[in-house]
Amino acid sequence: MVEITDVVCSLCGCVCDDIVVEVEDNKVTKVKGACAVGKSKLMGHGRIESPAIRENGSLKDCSYDEAIKKAAEILAAARRPLLYGWSSTVCEADKVGVELAEEIGAVIDNTASVCHGPSVLAIQDVGLPSCTLGEVKNRADLVIYWGANPAAAHANHMKRYSYISKGYWTEEGKKNKKLVVVDVRKTATAKMADVFLQIEQGKDYLVFSALRAMLYGYEDVVPEEVGGISKKDLLETVRMMKEAKFGIIFFGMGVTHTGARHNNIVNAIQTTRAAHTHTKFNIMPMRGHYNVAGINQVCTWETGYPFAVDLSRGYAWYNPGEHSATDLLVRRECDAALIIASDPGAHFPGESIRHLAKIPVIQIDPFPNPTTEFADVVIPAAISGVEAEGNVYRMDNIPIRLRKLVDTEYMADEEIMEGILEEVRAIKGKESE
Amino acid sequence: MKLISGRTIVQGQNLDNKLSEEYFNEVATCEMSKEDMERLGVAAEEHVKVKTSFGEVVVKAKEKAGTPAGIIFIPMGPWANALVSGNTHGAGMPQYKGIDAEIEPTEEEVLHVKDLMKTYMK
Repeated sequence: MVEITDVVCSLCGCVCDDIVVEVEDNKVTKVKGACAVGKSKLMGHGRIESPAIRENGSLKDCSYDEAIKKAAEILAAARRPLLYGWSSTVCEADKVGVELAEEIGAVIDNTASVCHGPSVLAIQDVGLPSCTLGEVKNRADLVIYWGANPAAAHANHMKRYSYISKGYWTEEGKKNKKLVVVDVRKTATAKMADVFLQIEQGKDYLVFSALRAMLYGYEDVVPEEVGGISKKDLLETVRMMKEAKFGIIFFGMGVTHTGARHNNIVNAIQTTRAAHTHTKFNIMPMRGHYNVAGINQVCTWETGYPFAVDLSRGYAWYNPGEHSATDLLVRRECDAALIIASDPGAHFPGESIRHLAKIPVIQIDPFPNPTTEFADVVIPAAISGVEAEGNVYRMDNIPIRLRKLVDTEYMADEEIMEGILEEVRAIKGKESE
Repeated sequence: MKLISGRTIVQGQNLDNKLSEEYFNEVATCEMSKEDMERLGVAAEEHVKVKTSFGEVVVKAKEKAGTPAGIIFIPMGPWANALVSGNTHGAGMPQYKGIDAEIEPTEEEVLHVKDLMKTYMK
């Protein structure tokens, strides 16, 4: 048995890097320090056993070379290909993905477009007064979770970085901190809060506006109740914000997935700015996949834009309401798709899956999932952070290197992508002769 | 009723295990308040049909304290998304939360994930 310390968890945007793993006979046998979700990931699940190509409705096993060649043929022949996913793999694979998108004039999009895409739009609009999770751990005395339930989605977040963590100026942990939770449901996170603001669904914009007005000293314009929250509770929250030495708002899908979308986030950021008239305040999106921040970084370095980038013109064109994967699919515009390190079959609206299920789909993933059910070429990949190493970006955009824990016969995402790119170039080379 | 979706611990534990019974038992469910369960006349594990203007799906009912009356919560996944429109209103983001929905008791079966995906391949 070998004990490996400082293992980096490749599940959520927390990217906890203090996990201890025991490995025996080339298998992870014990995981210590990870949350229940991260532990489940590192212990592993049933795999896609072989590359496969769909023939007459069912998947037939084949070699990696055959699957990669078939994938390249589909992509090279497509007129409007979509390359989607990229958030549960490493930046090195993402970089090859952008290169492939340029080569074939594809639209490249990532899971931000169904997650924190609206946050990206808001940040491009008004900026982001933010910090690192290390600063939160060492300084924050007021933590606000808004439309986020870390007890279920980022289960180590409070312990490692925020409310429960102990840092340089927060050595007594939660004893000297306050927790405010804003949510529609009284979640496990809400039950821990000093102040729980049970908001009416979809009323976030109004409540941010009320807090802004109060922080700027105009509490007289705020009615007795806003979005289901009493003025008394809002005033108490504002008092806590003003008295904090270092405050932070962490926000999640409860804010990005509702009607006002990016406008909610603009208002959340402006509320943070309003708090600056009194004290130090920060705001940070609770990024979901462990490297969704990383594909946003890579895509921005390579094309200038973080997601939903159309490269069909020979230069990068960015208009998320037109080129997000969802929009392309609903318009039935794309005629082939490569899906890597994500599962639109489970997480896209039914309306867009309907088109995806009809076009040729190449899936690259370690695990079978709903997307596999209609994929035409299935290429199994090594699990990044368990069987393959590489760089990822934590939710606060801090780069961390995933480690390899066990050996594998599976190809890494980066190798598979390089294989497809090479084959596509060979096909294009022959066509131009 | 307003439909919302989101993560749960068991849903997260089975992210890489979506074809399993554990995932099915957790995600093909619909949480609501005791008040709404009584109003609909359904007990835990009984089936309900949830309809929106974009689709309908059958899931198992589950009472959950902390869920306000008028809200139904389906864990994020294929069953919730069968009810979601692809209209992003020019922002790239579908509206996954705050969808107007109707809910009624049903004798119909809950589709397993493979059968649910087949409905898209017709």
